[in-house]
Amino acid sequence: MTQLIDLRRRGLLRGSGITVLSASAVALLAGCEKMASAQASNGASVANDVGILNTALALENEAISAYQLGAQSGLLQKPVLEVAVLFQTHHKEHRDALIATIRKLGGTPVPAKSDAEVAQALNAASLKNQTDVLRLAQRLEKGAANAYIGVIPSFGDRNLAQVSARLAADEAMHWTVLTQALKDPLPAKALSFGA
Amino acid sequence: MRLPARPRVLALAVLALAAAAPAAAADAAHGQELYESRCGGCHSLDANRVGPAHRGVYGRKAGSAANFNYSTAVKGSTVVWEEKTLDAWLTNPQALIPGQRMNFRVALPADRADIIAYLRQQSGK
Repeated sequence: MTQLIDLRRRGLLRGSGITVLSASAVALLAGCEKMASAQASNGASVANDVGILNTALALENEAISAYQLGAQSGLLQKPVLEVAVLFQTHHKEHRDALIATIRKLGGTPVPAKSDAEVAQALNAASLKNQTDVLRLAQRLEKGAANAYIGVIPSFGDRNLAQVSARLAADEAMHWTVLTQALKDPLPAKALSFGA
Repeated sequence: MRLPARPRVLALAVLALAAAAPAAAADAAHGQELYESRCGGCHSLDANRVGPAHRGVYGRKAGSAANFNYSTAVKGSTVVWEEKTLDAWLTNPQALIPGQRMNFRVALPADRADIIAYLRQQSGK
């Protein structure tokens, strides 16, 4: 797995911190700078988009907790542990970007559930080894990618639909790495996501 | 193209049979695969996550899963989840219950039917 990801980037990501909007979050939002004013006259559409973004935020918060639980479980060894931390960093950047966008549109970001609540909902107590943790992460990443694809037709703003596609691409990348780590076969057919 | 009388009758008969044939039965096993890959990002059968727990959803009133924080729109809805309402929901949630928070759509009717068959099976209906 280390051959698939250049973990030297991790230091840069960690160094950027999460208290300020990350560079990628700023880039993600760059195409959406005008949408708040452009959509001001269409309140229902904006409210619906905020609703979608808040659901996405809840999904990202769950993913951050899931990787936290995995990292703290003692079940992950290097280099898998480092990759899990890197993926959690990606999800934190997604979270930051979503929160910034929700606020830009006049909405209120949903609060995150506690790690303990997420652990119970995901039945984390049943995880006994590294493979169990990877399987859970793989399942969640595929679900997240498909969720982002499945909401694309519902966005009123096409820029946000594009953001959703970019988020789905990140989740699909995570799924692919996890699938390789588990030595699962890659999909035999094309268009395996969103299906 | 105008068919001679006999082939025309045969063609009409075939069309009539096709129209009378029942739609392909929904496949709950395929529905499970779809549920896990498409719905599993936010939902589980037995736990409230981003979305509410789904076991027992078939036949249940919208917004009535225990301990889930629903949108005002869903909580106030009179929709009861069965074939038609679930199909409409998965086609376009906002069209069925404006103000909801799901917004996830399943484009193909056969996929929706299979997911609904799985949810119905898991609800013991």
